[in-house]
Amino acid sequence: MSTLEIRNLHVTVETPEGTKEILKGVDLTINSGETHAIMGPNGSGKSTLAYSIAGHPKYTITEGSVTLDGEDVLEMSVDERAKAGLFLAMQYPVEVPGVSVSNFLRTAKTAIDGEAPKLRTWVKDVKGAMENLRMDPAFGERGVNEGFSGGEKKRHEILQMELLQPKISILDETDSGLDVDALRIVSEGVNRAKDTTGLGIMLITHYTRILRYIKPDFVHVFVAGRVAEQGGPELAERLEAEGYDRYLASA
Amino acid sequence: MTVTDHTQATADAAHSHGIIPDKSRADRVVSFDADVFPVPTGREENWRFSPVRDLKSIFADEPADGHLEWTTSELPAGVTLAEVPEDDARARTVREPGDRASALAVKHSGGAMALTIAANTVVEEPITIDLRGTGGDVRGHLLVEIGQSAEATVVITRTGTARYSELVSVDLRDNAGLNLVLLQQWDEDAIHAGEVVARLGRDSRLRGTVVTLGGKVVRLNTSAAFAGEGASVDLFGLYFADSGQHQEHQLFVDHAVPKCTSRVTYKGALAGKTAHSVWIGDVLIRAAAEGTDTYELNRNLVLTDGARADSVPNLEIETGEIEGAGHASATGRFDEEQMFYLRSRGISEDQARKLVVRGFFADLVHEIGVPAVEKSLMKQIDLEIAHVEEELEHE
Repeated sequence: MSTLEIRNLHVTVETPEGTKEILKGVDLTINSGETHAIMGPNGSGKSTLAYSIAGHPKYTITEGSVTLDGEDVLEMSVDERAKAGLFLAMQYPVEVPGVSVSNFLRTAKTAIDGEAPKLRTWVKDVKGAMENLRMDPAFGERGVNEGFSGGEKKRHEILQMELLQPKISILDETDSGLDVDALRIVSEGVNRAKDTTGLGIMLITHYTRILRYIKPDFVHVFVAGRVAEQGGPELAERLEAEGYDRYLASA
Repeated sequence: MTVTDHTQATADAAHSHGIIPDKSRADRVVSFDADVFPVPTGREENWRFSPVRDLKSIFADEPADGHLEWTTSELPAGVTLAEVPEDDARARTVREPGDRASALAVKHSGGAMALTIAANTVVEEPITIDLRGTGGDVRGHLLVEIGQSAEATVVITRTGTARYSELVSVDLRDNAGLNLVLLQQWDEDAIHAGEVVARLGRDSRLRGTVVTLGGKVVRLNTSAAFAGEGASVDLFGLYFADSGQHQEHQLFVDHAVPKCTSRVTYKGALAGKTAHSVWIGDVLIRAAAEGTDTYELNRNLVLTDGARADSVPNLEIETGEIEGAGHASATGRFDEEQMFYLRSRGISEDQARKLVVRGFFADLVHEIGVPAVEKSLMKQIDLEIAHVEEELEHE
């Protein structure tokens, strides 16, 4: 049982116009086995929340705390956060030319576990996970995200999540840009990881469509850098019908 | 159909097109007479990036006192390595020297060493020549001659230290194939000014790879001239410059006849405050060279502040009847987003940097085609990266 606890989180970013506060006091608690949908209009700070938790150097935390099972996440380096059990599936995964997917996966698994995986079971695990995500075995020999289609990049993110087995996973707009077939495959992967490892999930999305495939336990509406409203799955249905206008008018 | 692909060049705004030479590259002087070339001051077009002060002894018209120790792999049937007297050496050189360093190397080398592969000989195993400098000034003249329809791989490795200048003449007769690998693994105080001139006969194929890791100053000029139709040249280069190192690679591909193909691919990494790399890639497509297909690429990865990479591609086209001609040059900082991506998967900073740099060079290393060389090269790149980490810690 793991808990990610975000308290009064304030985050700024440097822009050409000066320092800008993006997150203005975020409170959120995610436990193992729970799925929290973070929904909101573009520019509301959803991705900033994801990248701040993962430790991207672009963002400065000015106030508040983030802990994982009581440990101070903000004190950890980027790789220490991953080793502690956090995972970020990125909206725009980065190309690393010349580094093969299989080498990358093995290096990451070794780093997370602190020891190299047993070769035979590892090869089998990778093969199985790739089959589940309908990925061609030849994928392993390609450069990381190099020339991948949008759908391939997202499946590759979920492949990493299934193999690295984090405690808490942040999915940053994993659904955007996917056709319905790819969305279904990716969602199956997320549900599989949740069923097998009891993963806690922060599911950041702009659209409600993914919530037909990944059932949220909680829905948080994110507006202007903080949570404007929260509730159960019924809140998502209301958003689907009404959109975000209601919040924007008052913001 | 004529396609002149200049799209890459304009897309990559990062590279300068430099000073466009006021004369065509075709007019550049070549001569065995060293007096034709005044001592460079650093203001000349072809010396303007070079540390001419460090090259002083190389420009001196004096006999040299040192020598390189030669170690050669066993030569199979059809392959000979022999000393050639001065006059004969000049006659068998495919083109006269293109600068003072090269002309003086020929003048004071006392003849040449000639590696000759007889016609129709196919050499399966790489021929290796290890040249070890033991200090002092050394002048060298080497002939590599590949007979008609012969094929070979030649790996020349330079180690130790010297103030070394040389002319390497590469003669590919019709339908010959050569994979030539030149490894500059000098000690850190070596000075090396070399010129490689290649002539490609009809249907011949040259793959030339240059790897420059060691030395204080390494300046290698490679020229390839097509003498017969249907020939192709692939020139690859890999360099890694640290603080205090100047690594310069100039290339000239001369398309003088129709239907030849050239590819130039050079990649370099730089780390350390005074690391300096220079890449100048000249391609000339003469009026007669219809059906030419050429592309040249230079990429530089700057790992730390203060390092400087100069990159100047030049393309001269005298006929529109070509298959394709393009170039690209890009010099980039180490990519923080790549680092973040890898580290967000638990990979440490050191290891992430290693992955990115290895990945940057990986495709190039695999082009060498000599497994033993590829393997040892990856190890040396790892050592270079370890050195970068030390430099970063000192900052």
